[in-house]
Amino acid sequence: MTKKSRAALIGVPVLGFIALAAWYLHHTNIPVLEPKGPVARQEFDLLMTGLALSLVVVIPVFTLLFTIAWKYREGNAKAKYSPDMDGSRIAETVWWIIPTVLIFIISLLTWNSSHQLDPFKPLASKTPQMTIQVVALDWKWLFIYPDQRIASVNFVQFPKDTPVNFEITADAPMNSFWIPQLGGQIYAMPGMATDLHLMASQYGTFNGSSANISGSGFAGMAFKAKASSPADFGRWVQSVKSSGSDLSMQAYDKLAEPSQYNPVTYYATAQSDLYDRVIMKYMPVAGSMPGMSIPGMDTQ
Amino acid sequence: MNLLLANAFLGKLSWSALPHDPITIFGASTVVGGAILVSCLLTYFKRWKWLWQEWLTTVDPKRIGVMYIIVALLMLLRGLSDAALVRTQQATSAGASHGILSANHFQQIVSAHGTIMIFFVAMGLMFGLINLIVPLQIGSRDVAFPFLNATSFWLFVAGMLLVNLSLVVGEFSAAGWLAYPPLSELQFSPGVGVDYWIWSLQIAGVGSLLAGVNFLVTILKMRCPGMSLMKMPLFVWSVLCAMMLVIFAFPILTVTLALLFLDRSMGMHFFTAGGGGNAMMYVNLIWAWGHPEVYILVLPAFGIYSEVVATFSRKRLFGYTSMVWALIAITFLSFSVWLHHFFTMGAGADVNAFFGIMTGVIAIPTGVKIFNWLATMYRGRILFATPMFWFMGFVVIFTIGGVAGVLMSVPAIDFQVHNSLFLVAHFHMMIVGGAVFGYLAGVTYWFPKIFGFRLNEWLGKKAFWGWFLGFLLAFVPLYILGLMGATRRLDHYSASMGWQQLFIVAGIGVAVLLAGVGFQILQFIVSIKQRKANLDTTGDPWNGRTLEWSTTSPAPFYNYAVIPEASERDAFWVAKQAAAADDEDDKPAKPRYEDILMPKNTPLGLFIAGFAFVFGFAAIWHIIWLAAAGLLGVIICVIVRASDDEPEYYVPAEEVRKIEAAANEREHYA
Repeated sequence: MTKKSRAALIGVPVLGFIALAAWYLHHTNIPVLEPKGPVARQEFDLLMTGLALSLVVVIPVFTLLFTIAWKYREGNAKAKYSPDMDGSRIAETVWWIIPTVLIFIISLLTWNSSHQLDPFKPLASKTPQMTIQVVALDWKWLFIYPDQRIASVNFVQFPKDTPVNFEITADAPMNSFWIPQLGGQIYAMPGMATDLHLMASQYGTFNGSSANISGSGFAGMAFKAKASSPADFGRWVQSVKSSGSDLSMQAYDKLAEPSQYNPVTYYATAQSDLYDRVIMKYMPVAGSMPGMSIPGMDTQ
Repeated sequence: MNLLLANAFLGKLSWSALPHDPITIFGASTVVGGAILVSCLLTYFKRWKWLWQEWLTTVDPKRIGVMYIIVALLMLLRGLSDAALVRTQQATSAGASHGILSANHFQQIVSAHGTIMIFFVAMGLMFGLINLIVPLQIGSRDVAFPFLNATSFWLFVAGMLLVNLSLVVGEFSAAGWLAYPPLSELQFSPGVGVDYWIWSLQIAGVGSLLAGVNFLVTILKMRCPGMSLMKMPLFVWSVLCAMMLVIFAFPILTVTLALLFLDRSMGMHFFTAGGGGNAMMYVNLIWAWGHPEVYILVLPAFGIYSEVVATFSRKRLFGYTSMVWALIAITFLSFSVWLHHFFTMGAGADVNAFFGIMTGVIAIPTGVKIFNWLATMYRGRILFATPMFWFMGFVVIFTIGGVAGVLMSVPAIDFQVHNSLFLVAHFHMMIVGGAVFGYLAGVTYWFPKIFGFRLNEWLGKKAFWGWFLGFLLAFVPLYILGLMGATRRLDHYSASMGWQQLFIVAGIGVAVLLAGVGFQILQFIVSIKQRKANLDTTGDPWNGRTLEWSTTSPAPFYNYAVIPEASERDAFWVAKQAAAADDEDDKPAKPRYEDILMPKNTPLGLFIAGFAFVFGFAAIWHIIWLAAAGLLGVIICVIVRASDDEPEYYVPAEEVRKIEAAANEREHYA
């Protein structure tokens, strides 16, 4: 086999593979890379900036690796051989400095973006913020609208261009609340309240899920998040109010029992302090309150 | 009354603990059948006595190292079977189809895969190579505490047996490899699975901690004359740093597991939801161990690359001093980054930013090491033997994985990829591409020193290509899947997500990787069959640089007939150069052999671990009398050992002379 035909034998399939991969990626929907809101947009920009900065190191490393390996291979008698060369102050200074500078730049990005994109920080917007309370249950998501006094399971809707404050807790093992096209995730934990501020800047229905294993039904914790016009949102709230049942404390306890792959469900009314009561369930003082129990404490 | 009696006698154990569904029954029969097969073979070839005298009771670190590696390679097969099941499930479980496994069974397999790969494959290969090579490289005849070393190994085996026993009796944890509460608490995981997880790690973890102490002392106290710290081979340096991490990190694991056990068994509330417990404390504690653990695994691999690159480039290592300081920097920094595993838990922006920046900083010394290896190859004469292939593959994979790591060090980016398959791809690239490739390079590189013959190079390279290409095919698609919103540990997903094609590609990658493993098995078989053709008669098959190549291959049980001296770095290389420059007639002086003090073999390490295994099993099933018996057994063994006044013996100089003469004869005839 000649050198050329051997190169072709390896080169053609590799190029074909790369072309196939490029074609595939071009025709595939990749949510994190297709942000539909300001938070996801900024996180996407950061990702791309970080990637570009990293290439400053990756490209030289790969180039050096393969050129050095080829040039100084054993068979190449023409290449210089310096068996006792064991250091160079200049060279080593250079490659202590390059990554240091790079990491310094990334550190600035880290510091600024951590504050800018802090999930607890409200988003700047002319439209007033709305609140949706989220409870991770075994194994479904409960969304409570404290202002509209309604609730839904595995479906959440809100108007486009309105900042939403998701107040998140769990009445189940730890989960993680994630809508990739709107922005990054945060944990949902029993007895803890976390906040996640997101906003949609386009209409659409986006996939959401739990990113943290929480038991047998964990894979079924997918939900849809719909960003609509304010009018459509209003109509939706009305339809929920007129069709669903009540989410009383008893109905909640029933809902909180483990169940898998729950269908979308609506509640016309929700007890006003339900979210706080779910959190207070896990506070030690709550043990003395009637109707509240602390798991594990009274079962032994 | 009967029930009460059975409870006292058998705890939670009953017939229902035996497996019922076909896949579990198959797994259980593999475990039981394997044990029966090995026993039959040993009986047929009349090898029980040999096994007992030469292996089970040995305190020779080289033999212990070989056993560590054999156990680790067996567990690699187990871990890979788990991986293959996971990917098969995920490639088939979209939309209406729910694949081949139930959700709970799938989660047990995912948890077992992670636990086994980290604790019983990566740790096993690492401690195996450390046992084989560290004493040889520092010119020592033994480790500081040979009996403790055997005990560490057998505790590792006891932990490994408990994980595999869960296939046969009971179940394994379904709470992920780090078992976050409250999921791992009794309320949500009432079975014995999490208890199996706790006790297998607890027992193996104590073994690791003891081994850490042992090798730290060995390196600090048992180096040969002339070998100051800054003359140690880089592998020894990397092990020194890793053992310091073991000593500081593993006690945290022990305490964390103990607290979780108290929660589960004694109704305490350290990490429960409610009752004053706080799961976030557990997450912090487990990662305060878990992050250093990553560096415990990867530092010795860095050390191996340093040896391999210098040897096969026939050149001194570039930037020795910066390599050492880079290791030390990584060692310290590795305790200041643990929070990056849970930026999404809701710490404030200041805290997240601090840990993000520290994580970036740790990439600096790592980058420096890569540049120094490249500079070592520069102006060398590079022989592309199999270990060098593993090194090249490591640089490619580790760099890609490293970029993903630097990206995730920015908390705001991490929010978008945390717990997704993007993260899974990243850490596999670091641990497999970084650590495991290094160990496999080390196994090939040092094999002749231990067994006296080389491994087949042709098959070794085929194995490399299977691993390398299969690995890329299995994990590059996961980066994309992660960005597509696929989270880890999913046993099912909606067909509309569009993930199935990439899951199938990843599954094909696993198959290619398994072909690589097949070549590796073939490599061992063929090499053993053709060992006469690949004998290493010189003791120095690769034109090595460090002391281990100066003794005969296979190294005698006392390592060195005469303790060497190391006046320089690369002491053996320098000595060879000096000898070549010297007058041909100037023969080295005849060595003067002396009596050598060596430790006696003892089965007590095996017994201690055996009782620890019994104790672990009893603790899992709440069989109180048996737990007490196991603990008592451990204590008695320790007392018996402590009362042994003559744990060592002298090998007479005459016998040393005979062994050396025989080895020289082998060399002469070759």
